[in-house]
Amino acid sequence: MTLNMGPQHPSTHGVLRVVLKLDGETVIDLDCDVGYLHRGMEKIAENRMYTMIAPYWDRLDYIAAVSNGLVWVETVEQMMGLEVPRRAHYIRTILTELNRIASHLLWLGTHAMDIGAITVLLWAFREREEILKIFERQFGSRLTCHAWRVGGMPNDAYDGFVEDCKRFTDYFPKRLDEYETVLSENRIWLSRTVGIGVISGEDAVAIGLSGPALRGSGVAWDIRKARPYAAYAEMDFDVPLGENGDTYDRYLVRMEEMRQSRRIVKQALENLPDGPVNAKVPKLIKPPAGDYYHSIEAPKGELGCYLVSDGTQQPWRVRVRPPSFINLQALRQMSIGHLVADVVAIIGTLDIVLGEIDR
Amino acid sequence: MFAFAAPTFIDSLLLKFFSEQTVNYVIWPFIQIGLVVVITTGWVAYATYLERKISAFMQARLGPMRVGPWGLLQPIADGLKLLTKEDFIPENADRWIFFVAPYIAVVAAFIVMAVVPFGPDWAVITDVNIGVLFVLAVSSVGVLALILAGWSSNSKYALLGALRSSAQMVSYEVSMGLAIIGALMFARTLSLSGIVSAQASNSIWFVFYQPIGLVIFLISGIAENNRAPFDLPEAESELVAGFHTEYSGFRWSLFFMAEYAAMVVVTAVATTLYLGGWYFPLVYRFTEAKGFHHAYVVISLIVFLAKAGLLLYLYFWLRWTLPRFRYDQLMDLGWKWLLPAALINIVVTAIGITVIQGLHNPAGLRTIKSLSAGLGLTLTGTVIAIAIGVANLFITGGLLSLINWRARDFNLKKQRRQIRLVDLPKGKPAVVPVSPESAT
Repeated sequence: MTLNMGPQHPSTHGVLRVVLKLDGETVIDLDCDVGYLHRGMEKIAENRMYTMIAPYWDRLDYIAAVSNGLVWVETVEQMMGLEVPRRAHYIRTILTELNRIASHLLWLGTHAMDIGAITVLLWAFREREEILKIFERQFGSRLTCHAWRVGGMPNDAYDGFVEDCKRFTDYFPKRLDEYETVLSENRIWLSRTVGIGVISGEDAVAIGLSGPALRGSGVAWDIRKARPYAAYAEMDFDVPLGENGDTYDRYLVRMEEMRQSRRIVKQALENLPDGPVNAKVPKLIKPPAGDYYHSIEAPKGELGCYLVSDGTQQPWRVRVRPPSFINLQALRQMSIGHLVADVVAIIGTLDIVLGEIDR
Repeated sequence: MFAFAAPTFIDSLLLKFFSEQTVNYVIWPFIQIGLVVVITTGWVAYATYLERKISAFMQARLGPMRVGPWGLLQPIADGLKLLTKEDFIPENADRWIFFVAPYIAVVAAFIVMAVVPFGPDWAVITDVNIGVLFVLAVSSVGVLALILAGWSSNSKYALLGALRSSAQMVSYEVSMGLAIIGALMFARTLSLSGIVSAQASNSIWFVFYQPIGLVIFLISGIAENNRAPFDLPEAESELVAGFHTEYSGFRWSLFFMAEYAAMVVVTAVATTLYLGGWYFPLVYRFTEAKGFHHAYVVISLIVFLAKAGLLLYLYFWLRWTLPRFRYDQLMDLGWKWLLPAALINIVVTAIGITVIQGLHNPAGLRTIKSLSAGLGLTLTGTVIAIAIGVANLFITGGLLSLINWRARDFNLKKQRRQIRLVDLPKGKPAVVPVSPESAT
């Protein structure tokens, strides 16, 4: 039987279409059909000035707009050779880490809901709300923030920023423990996630997985450590690594990542330097000709930006390396032989966002 | 035969217009049926309200608040909305089957109410002497509705949902039926009213004799109702809405009502079998014995509803706490855990009752008081029976572990290596150009 899952389906996380070939309920083959949300971001970027592209980048992975904005401005900054003030780096670190927590919370909620635990979704949204409130105060909007400017930030952290973040970091671990009491030891949760969607470290590297999906298979790779950007070089944090490469490990890795993110936010808040938040940026941004690649550890994996400049105000070619798109390639390998219900769990564990896949 | 001492003034009023037989065999049953249908429908409607409120409180929300004070009129608004919606039948659907399926579901769910003893005396519509079998038989008709709905919709999701539900209901009905047997051994009757009076006259709830029985009955009951964590037939995240994917408007609401009515039925039957039905200690002594007959019935009715309500709360609680089983795990649970547990329960209970009967010795140790209403046990007998019931918990647990210890998910946590935290060495800060010359 061929079952057409999506593009309108409650748990394909947007407009993903998966064509399943079923034997009873066992998946024997699977094909992903993407592109329902294609907006031609990369082409649009070729016709905009460098500063005008930044808000577009928020619409890639709209769950983690702050991270997406960061990769764009950092790429341009590096092309221009701009020195960003230390305070701006710190605030960027704090806010991208908060964004990572928000993104992982949304993942946790939807993943749990795919497997049937609905309450976790609303609990996760409660904490995400606090982060979005901080975003709203800082950037003026909650989801697609247009957070950064080339060379720094549009304005300094608002009054009470440090207190708000501190309050959040103080109560957040307790809430995380709450989620873990509902899920981690739950027999049904265990039997739904353990041994589901197993992928070995070698296969994960071969496919090009990145982020928690890669670390769940035990591959020690984190761009925040390997090629530190923003203020990560000065931060002290650990990287969680899974052992079995299954859905449960990816779950644990993401839960631990949230704890580590909180740790980073806390450190950054303690050492938050004073000073300006904006570098001296030329009026016209005209990076020298050349091609550049910069990548950051977005919540979903390695988010890269490849930019070719011909020395004018507009990029000649832009290419995004979207973590979701590449992580989705593992779906087929992970799902074959499992049941329909597991496909849903595996789509959830890959943590995809269609805005980024289809661009 | 009709011993409901109905409110006498209504009775005498009716007798002015109809013959005595008509009144006893037609009018009064209709009044009772009407009352039960109305009350059950209201109960079902407000069960949805309760579920939304309870889930809201579990999820740090408020739930319905807009329609009426605290959203109390929400179920009525919902009902009106569903009634006024377009009656939509998909083009390729099998029209007649599509049309009939929701009615089967509702009828099968509601008809069980006929034999449920809500209270003593006039609070029973009819007392069938094979009440338990009737309940089991009629509630398995419910599955027919799901299969027909899934088949006639001509949609793959609906079909998968229907297939799942048929397999699920069939396998859980087995353990449900077997779980009841333990309680029946103590009640010595199949009539639901008889079961309650067996508990009332011995001043005990069968849950003390049959803790395992209640657990099995409730789990299979939840599975039979397709409620979370066993809501696979309508698994929202996999099958969109399962067997009723293609249904909308009032037909959909009939399925919805059937689901809630079936829940009410299972809780009512569980209350009757294990929690003493309408029986509560001391109620009889302070009402009926003092001559307040109707107060006795009404208080018993409230007791019954309270007990059933508690079990209903359990339903909500589980639904909003647990993730959903996978299809094969559901079958595992049904066939490898619940069915053996039910069988072990029967064997242990039977042995226990034989032992109690063997110990009975009119001259020395007296364990049995009488056999007129259920198995009337003396204090000694009761203690022994409860001890066996508690021992049964361990016996069943032990034997089940013995059967299942090789199973994959017997103890998943122990089989695993834990994740580890590593501090990776820090690399050089991010690189800038790849190759500055290769620009166009």
